[in-house]
Amino acid sequence: MDTEQLAWMYRTMRRIRIFDMRVKDLSEAKAIPGYAHTYHGSEAIATGVMAALQPSDWIASTYRSHGHAIAKGVALDGMAAELYGRVTGVCKGKGGSMHISDFDKGMLGAFGIVAAGIPVAVGAALSAKLRGSTEVAVAFFGDGAVHQGVFHEGAGLASLWKAPVILVCENNGYAEATATDYHLNTETVAEMACAYNMPSERADGMDVITVYETAKGAIDRARAGGGPTLLEFISYRFSGQFEGDPGGYQPPEEIEYWRQRDPLKVFEAAASDRGLDPQQLSGIRAQVEAEVDAAFAAAEQAPYPEPRETLDDVYVDYGQE
Amino acid sequence: MRTLTMKDAINEALTQAMAADPTVIMMGEDIAGGAGRDHHPGAMDAWGGPFGVTKGLATRFGRDRVRDTTIAEAGFFGAAVGAAMTGLRPIVELMYVDFAGVSYDQMINQAAKMRYMFGGKQRVPMVMRTVVGAGFRAAAEHSQTLYSIFTHIPGLKTVAPSTPADAKGLLLAAIQDDDPVVFFEHKRLYMTTGDVSEAATPVPLGKASVRRKGSDLTIVAVQRMVSFALEAADTLAIEGIEVEIVDPRTYSPLDERTILESLHRTGRLLVVDESYPRCGLAVDIAALAADKAFKDLRAPVKTLTAPHTPVPFSPPLEDFYLPLPPKIAAAAKELVAY
Repeated sequence: MDTEQLAWMYRTMRRIRIFDMRVKDLSEAKAIPGYAHTYHGSEAIATGVMAALQPSDWIASTYRSHGHAIAKGVALDGMAAELYGRVTGVCKGKGGSMHISDFDKGMLGAFGIVAAGIPVAVGAALSAKLRGSTEVAVAFFGDGAVHQGVFHEGAGLASLWKAPVILVCENNGYAEATATDYHLNTETVAEMACAYNMPSERADGMDVITVYETAKGAIDRARAGGGPTLLEFISYRFSGQFEGDPGGYQPPEEIEYWRQRDPLKVFEAAASDRGLDPQQLSGIRAQVEAEVDAAFAAAEQAPYPEPRETLDDVYVDYGQE
Repeated sequence: MRTLTMKDAINEALTQAMAADPTVIMMGEDIAGGAGRDHHPGAMDAWGGPFGVTKGLATRFGRDRVRDTTIAEAGFFGAAVGAAMTGLRPIVELMYVDFAGVSYDQMINQAAKMRYMFGGKQRVPMVMRTVVGAGFRAAAEHSQTLYSIFTHIPGLKTVAPSTPADAKGLLLAAIQDDDPVVFFEHKRLYMTTGDVSEAATPVPLGKASVRRKGSDLTIVAVQRMVSFALEAADTLAIEGIEVEIVDPRTYSPLDERTILESLHRTGRLLVVDESYPRCGLAVDIAALAADKAFKDLRAPVKTLTAPHTPVPFSPPLEDFYLPLPPKIAAAAKELVAY
């Protein structure tokens, strides 16, 4: 892997971290309305998977969408403005934190219902196959989502259709406030793939290089016509389920254990061995801080949509197209 | 009599029902919270659902009766149907009504039809508690009020309390009821306060409540809209317009008589619901007036609802979306001036 790609990975993970730490502060200060779910702890997953995707590939995100959006190249300005409900937001202020998604960047959506994006990604993959395109689709979902019917129905159809889709489970230790080792009936999510005769892999989700290599294998196979894969990446949710959840059920020693495996720390520790100099990293960090500052400053100044815009975009506006 | 929040009134109803009847159990996602981390002191009852409504119940009644489920609404709703038919009184929580889609079959085809379809032998005494309502800046998938899609289904009863006292009394009645009941809790009403009796006294299902007496106009208001209508009525009173406000409280069964009696006195009807306008409670109640009170009407029946759009996130858009009190007052004046 060349240093340019490594630098992109670091920049992306830093962007996600700094952006979501800002979201955390603003949410606590009640400066942004509504619910916010930060991606704090899983930065390596979105970054590693997206590093292995092409811009024309598709992803389905969740209500914990900020990390996926940033890694897929959605502009920070539009994201910050969306959080504030401004007209310059990437969803024109209609969606807010839970639904930050830019179709132009290959995001099918940021789905507010647990597991809802899985079958949608399967459909995008089927579409790619039928259209003769080499696009692949990735569905991101949490460990709690594997109990939803659409996870199983989507996996079954994907396998049956040999759809070029990768089901990426972000196992962050908790389904809302329920521990993963309690709610999973199997040892791993990955082994559920056997019911659908689908290859699967379980890997460290705190190491972006491991994520990248694991994802690349599955994506290359899908693109070559080899069908779907279920990937399970192990990470940790450093925040509560949502901003405002004190997360009292997460034991301090558990948090501390995972802090040592923080994906940014892991990357920084190995950076010089990979040919990145520490000064370059601190330079990236400073640039990202400035980008995030600028994005939020612009968002705060941006106008709200006109109230009557509530009525727009319910249906296609045939008059204008 | 004490003053309680609606949230605490609901918690008290659940506590009293569970204490009185060992067959009452609860199932839902993180209705306690912290499952799998019970060795950690902060785990038990860390949540009580996302709004803390059921906090303390697992500590008091144990995790056997207050069950944190997987995120599998169709699964545990179906399990509730089975448990209800065989001797328990399950209360299931649908975290937000917006998630109805993933559980809907078990409610509309299983819970609702078992008794009828199999010759009247089964009883399905279950309650589905769920959270509704816009005004939380929670966007299109966490803000809906899907009253009508459940009210539409024969076999289900639907309840939407607007005061803490009613929340307690109606929930007690719903739990004791032998049919499946859908119980809507409005997220913007959880922290509202009111007098609530300590006694576990049910409020009967199917009885409306007249919240304000008036002679010029009847407003039938749905759940949170009752408080909006009361606010509008105060401003209208200054202008000499006296509004009568009817809170149906339950939508299936619907207390038609109280609505029709009010309409007989006032001759004018405005129905206010924050739901979507099409095929909703507002048009349902408007049709009732057209059908059964035509002779009493002195003005066209008017409905005031949200527009036919999903719930937007941005504050000015969501405020435009909701039938806020000034819009209610304007619609009322239009009717009185007709």
